[in-house]
Amino acid sequence: MDDVVQHFAGPPDWLWYILAYFFLAGLSGGSYVLATLLRFRDGPGDEAMARIGYYIAFPPMLAAPILLALDLGRPWLFWHMLVNTTPGRPGLNFAYWSPMSVGSWALVVFGAITTVSFAAALVRDGKLRLPLVTRVDGRAFNVVGSVFGLFIAGYTGVLLSVSNQPVWSDTWALGGLFLASGLAGSAALMLLLTRYRPEARQSAGMLSVSERLYTLLELVLILVFAATLFAAGTQGQVFGVPWLALWLVVLAGLVPGLYGLATRGVTVDGAAALRHSPAVPLLVLAGVLALRAAVIFSVQV
Amino acid sequence: MPHITPGQAYGFFTDTSVCIGCKACEVACKQWNQLEGNEPSFLDGFDNTGRLDAENWRHVQFHDDVPDQTTTDGNGTAWLLMSDVCKHCRQASCMEVCPTNAIIRTEFDSVFIQPDVCNGCRNCIAACPYDVIGVNHTTGIAQKCTLCYDRLQSDMTPACAKACPTESITFGPVEELRTMAAKRLETLHAQGVTQAGLYGHDEKVYGGLNAFFLLMDRPEKYGLPDERNAVLPSRNNAGGYLTAAVTAVLGVLGGLIALGRRKEKVSEVESDG
Repeated sequence: MDDVVQHFAGPPDWLWYILAYFFLAGLSGGSYVLATLLRFRDGPGDEAMARIGYYIAFPPMLAAPILLALDLGRPWLFWHMLVNTTPGRPGLNFAYWSPMSVGSWALVVFGAITTVSFAAALVRDGKLRLPLVTRVDGRAFNVVGSVFGLFIAGYTGVLLSVSNQPVWSDTWALGGLFLASGLAGSAALMLLLTRYRPEARQSAGMLSVSERLYTLLELVLILVFAATLFAAGTQGQVFGVPWLALWLVVLAGLVPGLYGLATRGVTVDGAAALRHSPAVPLLVLAGVLALRAAVIFSVQV
Repeated sequence: MPHITPGQAYGFFTDTSVCIGCKACEVACKQWNQLEGNEPSFLDGFDNTGRLDAENWRHVQFHDDVPDQTTTDGNGTAWLLMSDVCKHCRQASCMEVCPTNAIIRTEFDSVFIQPDVCNGCRNCIAACPYDVIGVNHTTGIAQKCTLCYDRLQSDMTPACAKACPTESITFGPVEELRTMAAKRLETLHAQGVTQAGLYGHDEKVYGGLNAFFLLMDRPEKYGLPDERNAVLPSRNNAGGYLTAAVTAVLGVLGGLIALGRRKEKVSEVESDG
């Protein structure tokens, strides 16, 4: 008993809404970062691919507040996350030590940023006449947006760790793991959507290489995550039956990236990336979802 | 007891060595706080409450500790009984993570969830190491023992302590309770009950618990983390954010490497052309 971390905390019942939010937050943040990297590279096809990223980043940020509000016991009081309504203590709520508080503000800011970048992508594609947004959506704006994107994709893991729950609080790797997985999933999703935007295809190779590298990073962080749990003695809860099935999906989602890394290293081969069946990026996305499901549900169900 | 004075720390000293498991505390708590309670379930021992939650702010634990072989009478090892409650920690995990500031410390140094401010995010439930807080399914907010805040404001002893027939639950100023607990422990040890020990009476557990206990076995036997495991959620902030930051740097570097590879490829194509 001495070597095992003691846990007596009860589960918070963060289930389906939270799973959906974590999944979408990873894809939104990751897509924004990749889009900005592409825009800075500015090679043939890069701007077209960057716009795919900015298009992807926006809808999840539209859905996120709804999902989070629906998960609350009193959804109409979602704004209490931002405003202190304690009698006699009016003001804004911001507790830097509480990831949920920091995340609420980050969500507001990143939501606004993705909205602007989404609108700017529409303007640049000639689908919307609002030239003002393209002036706002400059490179500095995209860099700031990417910082928030990285935060949004990763803080959800830190939020789980800053608790007294078994597994979640026994590791410090979840923030990094969710971020790496979000980046890998975003690259896969952008590659998938390239099929519908031929002018972006020249950037497919770059995305394919980045997906391989993010997959490697994710694998390393899964191993670190497992090592921290073994040290705490709580590995059985998350890696046992029936959650093992979800981990198999996670591993299956890593296969395309790792296979690419093993066979082609970091060699660019955009045509090969585009020849893949749509099932390949969908498998990667299934892995991203399964990772979060395994971490969230194994502790609470 | 002298008047209950705002500005002074109040709490409970629960002496489990004299608890008889009558559940008068549970009944009094529910009656005063108008808690409907859950459907009774027949669990081990005489427990039909199960756990602390939004409907049970006091819960009498029954742990079957009957030894296999008969031992001497009166050494308190037959059953472990404990009336569990919110500990009103000096360093409260629930308060630390609450994003709405719904959880406050009152003028009696108790930890109180403001029902009008809480929006039911349940972050406090994930953080509470004692599994004290639950969500009221009617109102959607997190609820737990208030130390009978309304009674304290009216100079009245909390309902559970008032109802306890064996004085297992004693209410009073925390400093006085600590003195009382130390004397009681001394008496028990003098009587040969060496397994008795205090939990939460000093700063080793969450800076001190305003509701602390005299236990007849190890804390974990009662669902209480020992001193080594009584840790705050914020301990993981630095490690969690640092790992995420390192991953972010590696992620951007990975992207730059991929971009660089593409640049080389484009250059090769251009030179070939």
